[in-house]
Amino acid sequence: MKKNKENNAGLFSHILQANIPYTLLSIIIGFVVGAVLLAIAGIDPIATFGALADGIFGKSKYIVWSIVYATPIILTGLSVAFSFQTGVFNIGAEGQFVVGSMAACCVGIFCNLPKPLHILVCLLAAALAGGIWSMFVAILKVKRGINEVLSFIMFNWIAYYLSNYLVNIPAIHKDGDGEATKNIAESASMLMKFDDKALKAFFGTGASFSIVVALIAAIVIAFILNKTTLGYKLKAVGFNRFAAEYGGISSNREILTALTISGMLSGLGGACQVMGMGQRISQFSSQEGFGFQGITVALIASSNPIGCIFSGLFYGAMKYGGSKLTLVNAPSEIVNIIMGTIIFFIAIAPAIKKLILRGRKGN
Amino acid sequence: MGRESHADPSVTVVAMKDIVKKFGDFTANDGINLTVHKGEVHAILGENGAGKSTLMNILYGLYKPTSGTIEIGGKQVNIDSPEKAIELGIGMVHQHFMLVQPFTVTENIILGMEPRKGLVVDIPSARKRVQELSEKYGLQVDPDAKIEDISVGMQQRVEILKVLYRGADILILDEPTASLTPQEITELIEIIGHLTRDGKTVILITHKLKEIKASADCCTIIRQGKYIDTVDVNNVDENDLASMMVGRKVNFKVEKAEIEPGEVALKVEDIHGLDYRGVEILKGLSLQVRKGEIVGLAGVDGNGQTELVEILTGLRKGTAGSVMVDGKEVFNKTPREIFEAGITSIPADRQKHGLILQFSNENNMILQNFREPEFSKMGVLKKDAIHKHAAELFEKFDIRPREHEAYPAGTLSGGNQQKVIIAREITNDSDVLIAVNPTRGLDVGAIEYVHKYLVEQRNKGKAVLLVSFELDEIMSLSDEIDVIFNGQIVGKVAGKDAEENALGLMMAGGNSSEKE
Repeated sequence: MKKNKENNAGLFSHILQANIPYTLLSIIIGFVVGAVLLAIAGIDPIATFGALADGIFGKSKYIVWSIVYATPIILTGLSVAFSFQTGVFNIGAEGQFVVGSMAACCVGIFCNLPKPLHILVCLLAAALAGGIWSMFVAILKVKRGINEVLSFIMFNWIAYYLSNYLVNIPAIHKDGDGEATKNIAESASMLMKFDDKALKAFFGTGASFSIVVALIAAIVIAFILNKTTLGYKLKAVGFNRFAAEYGGISSNREILTALTISGMLSGLGGACQVMGMGQRISQFSSQEGFGFQGITVALIASSNPIGCIFSGLFYGAMKYGGSKLTLVNAPSEIVNIIMGTIIFFIAIAPAIKKLILRGRKGN
Repeated sequence: MGRESHADPSVTVVAMKDIVKKFGDFTANDGINLTVHKGEVHAILGENGAGKSTLMNILYGLYKPTSGTIEIGGKQVNIDSPEKAIELGIGMVHQHFMLVQPFTVTENIILGMEPRKGLVVDIPSARKRVQELSEKYGLQVDPDAKIEDISVGMQQRVEILKVLYRGADILILDEPTASLTPQEITELIEIIGHLTRDGKTVILITHKLKEIKASADCCTIIRQGKYIDTVDVNNVDENDLASMMVGRKVNFKVEKAEIEPGEVALKVEDIHGLDYRGVEILKGLSLQVRKGEIVGLAGVDGNGQTELVEILTGLRKGTAGSVMVDGKEVFNKTPREIFEAGITSIPADRQKHGLILQFSNENNMILQNFREPEFSKMGVLKKDAIHKHAAELFEKFDIRPREHEAYPAGTLSGGNQQKVIIAREITNDSDVLIAVNPTRGLDVGAIEYVHKYLVEQRNKGKAVLLVSFELDEIMSLSDEIDVIFNGQIVGKVAGKDAEENALGLMMAGGNSSEKE
């Protein structure tokens, strides 16, 4: 009996040591803060959260939509998480996402290939584009010592205007009115079309299998980080560049590799957005924020690749559910407030954890 | 030693009885008793990880004991926070200083207890109080100097003043000499004398036997969390203390058989190099190490040793010169090329260069070798082989605690971290081994091991270059001693003919025997 109690105590302190309870706690606090603000604004928080939950789980097709919304930000989340693991900050996921979507869109419009192959070629093109876009910045950092945060932010804007330029090239611009490109060929689309009435009703019109790309990417990244010599080198540089170099690992080369792979992941995110949802690129009026949402996803997941799947799904569902809040006269911005609060509490979680563990140490 | 004791055995100021402290399954303190009298210098002696710091952290209110009682001045107390400890007149100077670098000495001392004049801090009166204290106890500090500009020795005096300013009568000094120069250590021992003369009580956590003999009245020995004994320092010698601490007879003298050195394995010629400021610090240094030989590089810190080792291991580019390993030029090659040519090293800073503290011990054990077919295949790590390798080295090199292969290296004590590095570097089996301050911060038991392994490498026909600021270590291990001064070798002496005074003179740039 006593032994059992000790085991329980051991398990409990083990849970206190882990990150997940603090993440969940932060999420709850995020909702509480959101509720308080809604109440102050004179909006019923329970009705709002009810509408949010209904907007996500109310029908099977809503869940499908949430997953479709989540797919690109799982990928940008992986991209940012991967860079964090190597000790650099890919704040350029936004730009890599945009060039990835451009590459996928162009290959999707102009190449004429059979279905599965066309999809693969589009994904490859997007990954290459995102990887090269990020590699430019990495080379500037490694060869010239230019801070990657600055050049990434500038590259985000270059990608943004490049995309708007691309949309308006006559050969790409859609026929007729509207500020967007032509649609990609059917053979490059990842949308799922159902003839069966029941399936159609279940999945809705937006179903796409792009989530598979994100799941495979997360597994591959987890494998690279935990099981390969590449992951060993990247993490060594991320944890302690000096010891890594002492051990014969070239930190510059590893940073270059890490940022290139990170860029490829964001590029894939862009491809999934075009091929699994929009089917085209529209003219931007502002940065769409998929890359920046990736930072949130990575932070909530503590940079764990598998964790990014769950935090990406969470954020995707909040985005989709939040977009419908205007129907109950609640501002959809409440979602941003909740997400911001969550990040804030996750950021201070180590301090909270320390306090809790220190409090327990005495007993 | 001719020191004067100020202890008053009739007044007990601290009595810790049957202290037990458990962390999970691990018992850090197992029934420890400690009785300290007024005016006494009481040393707590134990190996790295024996539980000395845990015991003192309990006294200072940082940990709560699992069981046991504490009496201060004859009254049983419950010390549940450092604030409470300070209230009871207990102050602690930690091994790693806790000072605000851009603040002045005075500002650091009064931090948190600032005297006020209306709304503003009354710096002039604080400054006066600091000066009074520093004169009273012979703790020379410049009250207006910024911490970042003063020496480590002076920073420590600031820490002691901080404690005195808070009204401490019982001072706990945790490994106070770990980062001090020999001169500063002598000064500290004098300061401890001044403190006890004025009725303060000093508890000294250390594993340095010489300092205990020079400064302490009493010594309590702890081994693997258990109370061993409390002895009067005058009645024991260093050998007795060492064997009580380690639990076996310690051999201070390094056993070294005569062997004939072989061919030259490391040949360094006319090396020039810059320091971090871009000033030339190596000015045409040459030396060589033969197989089956330990060459000791003696010198005062800052004469180019650090830069030389960095150039030899590829971490820094030299401006000119040549480094030959087994006849192969490796000057200004990458660390990996140099390692593959046959140089391996025990770095000076184990936490900066030697280990990745967040990595598991088993991952640290393969830092240079993870690409080898033994540990990876087609870029995929062989976890089982890596674990087995680490488990073997833990056993062979007596790294404690066992079964800790998969835990981060940062969870080991300093001495065991050093053992991880030494195990790795010796297992690399390279022709040339460069060891930089390999025993810094280690206790006598661990030092004995390290010395044994270095000599073993030499006997196996390896060329060993030993760079150390501990002259004793250089003299007892080296077959040849090269003295470095101002970026050049200014003298070479055979190890058995070395004399401390002559070496000291050369290290200070005085006469040299064989000027090149």
